[in-house]
Amino acid sequence: MRGVLSLIILLGLSGLGLAAEEAKLDTGNTAWMLVASALVVFMTVPGLALFYGGLDKAKSILNTIAMSFTAFALVTLTWIAVGYSIAYGDDILGFMGNPFQYFFGKGISGINPDTGYPALLDLMFQLTFAAITTALISGSFVGRMKFSAWLLFALLWSVIVYPPVAHWVWGGGFLSQHGALDFAGGTVVHINAGVAGLVGALILGRRKDAALIPNSVPLVALGAGILWFGWFGFNAGSALAANETAAWAMINTTVAASTAALAWMFAEWLHAGKPTVVGISSGIIAGLVAITPAAGFVNLVGAVLIGAIAAPIAYFAVALLKPKFGYDDALDVFGIHGMAGIVGAVLTGVFADPSVGGTPGLIYGNVKQVFVQLVGVVVTMVYSAVLTAAILLALKATVGLRVSEEEEVEGLDSAEHGEKAYNF
Amino acid sequence: MKKIEAIIKPFKLDEVKDALVEIGIGGMTVTEVKGFGQQKGHTEIYRGTEYVIDFLPKVKIEVVVKDEDVEKVVETIVKTAQTGRVGDGKIFILPVEDVVRIRTGERGEKAI
Repeated sequence: MRGVLSLIILLGLSGLGLAAEEAKLDTGNTAWMLVASALVVFMTVPGLALFYGGLDKAKSILNTIAMSFTAFALVTLTWIAVGYSIAYGDDILGFMGNPFQYFFGKGISGINPDTGYPALLDLMFQLTFAAITTALISGSFVGRMKFSAWLLFALLWSVIVYPPVAHWVWGGGFLSQHGALDFAGGTVVHINAGVAGLVGALILGRRKDAALIPNSVPLVALGAGILWFGWFGFNAGSALAANETAAWAMINTTVAASTAALAWMFAEWLHAGKPTVVGISSGIIAGLVAITPAAGFVNLVGAVLIGAIAAPIAYFAVALLKPKFGYDDALDVFGIHGMAGIVGAVLTGVFADPSVGGTPGLIYGNVKQVFVQLVGVVVTMVYSAVLTAAILLALKATVGLRVSEEEEVEGLDSAEHGEKAYNF
Repeated sequence: MKKIEAIIKPFKLDEVKDALVEIGIGGMTVTEVKGFGQQKGHTEIYRGTEYVIDFLPKVKIEVVVKDEDVEKVVETIVKTAQTGRVGDGKIFILPVEDVVRIRTGERGEKAI
């Protein structure tokens, strides 16, 4: 009798304990992650759409905007259906999560005990990353791709390519088990999208007129500014808490963006003769990309060096590599996101400061970390390249990828959407 | 009557307009145009790659004048629009059959 009673008391207490734990909502973390999620939405809609739209030609700016907007909308749906489960479901052989575990939010409830905010916020915050990654790729495809083919591509890519890579790095998959550092998505987001962009450019082929002559540089500047602002949600939000790591990520983000803006500007000034606004804006993005994997791991000197090294490398990739090889990566998705992403991922292994993020890098004696970072880079590049090519070749064989030459010259806005950006 | 079409450098427009008003020209039509001649195009650099822009922006001024005013107007335009460098532009002089003032229906020189 006494035994039964104590059992009941024990159960009651443990029940109480559980209830008390579940009720422990960290309002600070919750408030920050709500805001951070919204900031990352703002990066794509409209930040990236305007950045890309301004860089493109006036006859296809709307198509370019539509690609970003629809990527966001479509990936929202694929993410809540299966994407989130593949990335964050129970691990299957280190490769992917159980794809139907959280089907349309099934079983996501209560407070995440690790972070103190509602588990639903994880679904929301990570959704914004999947969406912008897919939208980023579109910059390479603009000016010649059928809109229907883009929608199918975005749908397939956001299920087959993004979520497994996110799982490897963040969802408990094999790269995180090997200790690869990727604070906010240098590998998962930027290298992944950059390589997909390069492969897509090769499969789609060149546009008839492949010149990059922006139709509105002020829109480019506005888009870059919105991306910079939204990136605080992306990087500081990746601390998954309102804490010192988030503060590190925020200051590092702005320091790298500023350094890279200047570094790109001076590289261009010396190499091409003029410091352009397109160049300053591009430098900002290169810096933001490069600091993304490192934001919560490096100190301020590390952030300065990452921005200063990544921007000139991205600049010369765009200015020299692209013309040399002749691929039509229209808005330099590979040149900026791929190259700065790779540089950032490797330099994270060099400059990681144990007093910031707990892991030492090369300069603190941990030589192995650079190698671990390189493995993450190479694995992601290969996977993204192979699967992106498979998706595009399948679409090419079925629905076709390119609009007709006549539609391309006329412009995708009127040919694909029946509207014009500027009516006089 | 003659129509004088002058293609000039855009930054010279104000000077030319003021000079024409000073010699008594009471109206003109101005259009932003693009084209090329001896100057050819120019280059713009985006992300380190130089692109040749074939057509340069110019301004076209159209003025219709009496025959006896043609020389004076041409001289004024040449004097004010000239920089001495390639790309200063051209002047075309065309015959005009008739002119109609829409408000009153007047015709010919008095409608100019």
